[in-house]
Amino acid sequence: MTLSTPAGRAPAKRARPHRPQTRRASDPMRRGKYLFIVTFLLPPVAVYAIYMLSPYLQAIYISMTDWSGLTATQNFIGFDNYVRMWNDDQIRTALRNNLILLVFVPVLTLALGLFFASMLNVGGRRRNAAVAGVRGSSIYRVVYFFPQVLSIAIVGVLFKYVFAPESAGGIINTFLSKIGLESLTRLWLGEPRYLIWVVVLVMTWSFVGFYVVLFSAAMQSVPRDIYEAALLDGASRFTTFRKVTLPLVWDTVQVGWVYMAIQAMDGFAIVHIMLGVNGGVEGAGDVLGVAIYREAFASSRFGYAAAIGVLMLFLTMTIVVIFMRVLRRERVELG
Amino acid sequence: MASSTNRKLITSTEPSRRTFLQRLAVGGMALGPGSAFLASCATGGGDDNGDGNGDDSGDPPPEVSDDNPLGIPENEPVEIYIFDGGFGDTYATDVHQPIFGERWPDVEINHRAAVDIGGELQARFAASDPPDFVNNSGDGQMDTGQLIADGLVQDLTDLLDAPSWDDPSVPVRDMLLPGTVELGSRDGIPYVLNYTFTVYGTWYNKTLMDENGWPVPTTWDEMLDVCADIADHGIAPWVYQGVTAPRYMNWPLLCMATKLAGPDILVAIDNLEEGAWGHEAIREAAHALWDLGQRGYYLEGVEGMEFRDAQGLWARGEAVFCPSGSWIENEEADAIAEDPTFELAMMPDPLLSTDAVLPVETLRATAGEPYFVPAQANNPRAGMEYMRAMISLDGARGFTETVTSLTSVVGGSEGVELEAPGLSSAQAALEAAGENIINWLYPTWYPTMENPGIDQATGALLRGAVDVDEWVERCEDVAREFREDDSVNKQSR
Repeated sequence: MTLSTPAGRAPAKRARPHRPQTRRASDPMRRGKYLFIVTFLLPPVAVYAIYMLSPYLQAIYISMTDWSGLTATQNFIGFDNYVRMWNDDQIRTALRNNLILLVFVPVLTLALGLFFASMLNVGGRRRNAAVAGVRGSSIYRVVYFFPQVLSIAIVGVLFKYVFAPESAGGIINTFLSKIGLESLTRLWLGEPRYLIWVVVLVMTWSFVGFYVVLFSAAMQSVPRDIYEAALLDGASRFTTFRKVTLPLVWDTVQVGWVYMAIQAMDGFAIVHIMLGVNGGVEGAGDVLGVAIYREAFASSRFGYAAAIGVLMLFLTMTIVVIFMRVLRRERVELG
Repeated sequence: MASSTNRKLITSTEPSRRTFLQRLAVGGMALGPGSAFLASCATGGGDDNGDGNGDDSGDPPPEVSDDNPLGIPENEPVEIYIFDGGFGDTYATDVHQPIFGERWPDVEINHRAAVDIGGELQARFAASDPPDFVNNSGDGQMDTGQLIADGLVQDLTDLLDAPSWDDPSVPVRDMLLPGTVELGSRDGIPYVLNYTFTVYGTWYNKTLMDENGWPVPTTWDEMLDVCADIADHGIAPWVYQGVTAPRYMNWPLLCMATKLAGPDILVAIDNLEEGAWGHEAIREAAHALWDLGQRGYYLEGVEGMEFRDAQGLWARGEAVFCPSGSWIENEEADAIAEDPTFELAMMPDPLLSTDAVLPVETLRATAGEPYFVPAQANNPRAGMEYMRAMISLDGARGFTETVTSLTSVVGGSEGVELEAPGLSSAQAALEAAGENIINWLYPTWYPTMENPGIDQATGALLRGAVDVDEWVERCEDVAREFREDDSVNKQSR
């Protein structure tokens, strides 16, 4: 879906048999057709407007009120909520954490995803095939996808125990002290400075499987003869990856990057389940999504929560636009 | 009220949020796109019945009589919402509703139980269509202060002045333990009925203490001696609620400080006075708890633990002292049941110094578990009548028997055989305390001041990340934030 249309097939699609334009726009048949189309288009557009556009507009309006979420009416207070947000240290922490997630989670996930996918699909060498996965790749393919099958709530609860102290059954610390690395054990969820990195790790772990599958699909559609040619020219695996695989799946990487950016701006479920509604010790693991939830449902400040939501909306949109522009690259057409 | 984390959550079997959305969607489609647009508008509702207070249903106000002191309509249904958490909801269906139904056979009780009270009811409040009675508790608890500030909670004065269920010569007000009405009031008007009664203190592993001949400490010096002994045995002297709720340690902290300097320091804290947290007695109590950490008397790794894990380790004999309220016996019932020899008991927090103002028996005890009647309910009088039935002696005794918790009803546990040794010890301590019952209200008035505000500061103190001076500074910052925030509805006492 993401690779550009093979040039060979495209013209056949585009070149429609040229029919003489005998009918005019005023033709009753044509008007009937418009009416027909409009009747069919209107309901979905209406549903879209009601359930997608109007909530956005309402949220922007609510962000300028003092609504508690409990009353039938609300008072308009202009930009007070935005001023409050500007002065709120906790929102800064949340924003900083979202930016950390935004930078590290996509980079780690995509790098790992590309590495694993190329190992599964083109990394191996076998006697009668120039391009193949490493030994046992069909098993790995399934294993990588496991986290994707788990609900995010289960992932959160699981990792709470992975990072728990040793006496409470923490897996990492128990493992570290069993192999004699006691000096490396930490109270991962008890120290403010580790919290967001724990979240980075867990998010990467849970997302990588999906991107392995996505990139695998893209790599499967790269013609084998290109690899064979590269091999004949004596390209190493790394060169093959850099010069052949990566350019040919770049569109998919770009889509993945945008998805990842959106997911990283969220992070609500993981943080809320692993660290709690206050964002963990000292609120150091807070993200904007959790802050919205907390303000709306724990503090009954729907107006303020909506203001944070609007901030998040604009950040997400800006980031997506920037990513799309920066990552735009000359498309490689497959012959 | 003590903490939303203190009860086990039971998974709801009905996907109510989903059905709600489905209904909303179906309703929207049936009304046609135009009206659906308005119906789906959170902000477009206007206030068709926004100022309703239940009396605008067109019915004439029912007669108030000796038999019907609140004047409830005799054949209109009443909708009851119970939080289905640590207490379950059988106390409502098997105890309170039969009592109510006996007197009002024609009033149909629509009983609902929910785990996420706010999730189910927030939209109904916004639509001015709340039920008649709400048990506002659990993780999904709605902000009571905000509900009251928005005028959504019924004034309970009529209920408190009405004759009580059992004895018409005693008003309902006098059936409640001292402090209960105050706790549920804002600006002097009673809004919330806090029905349970919780005793706070330091809970200890009685089995271990008896086996090793460790005395129950009454002063801090004795506490340190006992702790040294316990530590020598390779057991952790103290545990607290870890990363989840270090604020539990505020309770011994403030209790010890109050015993030292008197209850006025609590008034200063509740009134958000400047310097309240910097009082010498509070510093001394904070130093004592900080010092426990410096001496390594907290269970290793507890600062990174979930509260149930920490309490579970305590109940399994890994630590001796644990701050909590009288719900802990219920909460850790599973861990306690593992070892038939394990016995827990409660002690009042020790005295920091011999020249303390209040005796060592002084306890923090307070009503909890909030119930209220929405002002815009269809049948608010019946909701109040249901409360009157709860505040009967049979209602209170039935509650105590069913859920093993004391109630705020005077004489409500008399004649009840408590089969819980922990709760019995709490009740004994309560009797020993006599008049010396203390409480503070800032967590009730400003929930987010205690959590995350003071909670995070105390967590840092216990971890040793800050010392007492920095802790005071951070608590003062939190108090200042609330003092200076105009959007916070201030209370004072």
